[in-house]
Amino acid sequence: MLIDCPHCGPRDLAEFSYQGDATRTRPDPASTDTQAWLDYVYNRPNPAGRHREYWQHTGGCRAHLVVERDTLTHEIHAVAPVRGNAKSGDAA
Amino acid sequence: MVERASPLGSDFRPGSYGDFANGAEVTILELDRAGIVEATAWPGQEKALCEALAGACNLRLSAGSGNGAANREGVCAFNIGPGRFLVSGPRETLAGQLESAVPDTIGTVTDLSHGRTVLGIEGPKAEWVLAKLFALDFASAAFPVHSGCATAHHEIAVQIQRRGEKRFELYVSRSFARSFANTLRRAAEDVGYTIK
Ligand SMILES: [Zn+2]
Repeated sequence: MLIDCPHCGPRDLAEFSYQGDATRTRPDPASTDTQAWLDYVYNRPNPAGRHREYWQHTGGCRAHLVVERDTLTHEIHAVAPVRGNAKSGDAA
Repeated sequence: MVERASPLGSDFRPGSYGDFANGAEVTILELDRAGIVEATAWPGQEKALCEALAGACNLRLSAGSGNGAANREGVCAFNIGPGRFLVSGPRETLAGQLESAVPDTIGTVTDLSHGRTVLGIEGPKAEWVLAKLFALDFASAAFPVHSGCATAHHEIAVQIQRRGEKRFELYVSRSFARSFANTLRRAAEDVGYTIK
């Protein structure tokens, strides 16, 4: 699997670290809604298909990235720097 | 100044190794860089950082992925990430010089002089040897002289700058340098190599 880093260009998967689901919405830090926090911290939809994820180019430029990846085929549909693209809400 | 000891060990000594019956086709050497510094720009300050570094070191440096430069005094710099440059040179005063040149409104300067080892590989088969270790295009059209990149060999982070048509310089964390040098030597055995 290759990830096309916006800074470095296409690089081998081995240079990247998975940083988690990028579709989660963080509850208001003041919230005491335990169900909302449970969903945020533990519950994942685990979709079969397109998924929005955080990755870091740890073995390269170290940039944090938002990657849209198909979990069935590993096809990468989009890669963007997190800076300016971290909508901590809806899936892409 | 305290004399800096090489981390490469007594096994890394001058001579020819591997299949050098028809002549060693690469030279591997440890480079003496007394100053190794990382300079990083705050978002939006990339161009200003570049200009500050260029001015302080008399380099024709431009911002952007992979760009690099070198001057006649042996100071060189290249981009290793968004707004980040690795600068090195023969003097241990480099970090202080860059700290004065880069105000903290532009970015940060980190002295890595004692944290990195620089290995050189030079010769007609330098690209061939490096291509065994890194999934990168080392052809000069894709990787021109002075340009550089940040990559990794397995878990060992390596920053590479091309310093000539047949010459590359590799920056490795000092504590990994012996292991990495051994890997590099192993990769060069089939073409024969000389340690200088
Ligand atoms: Zn990158």
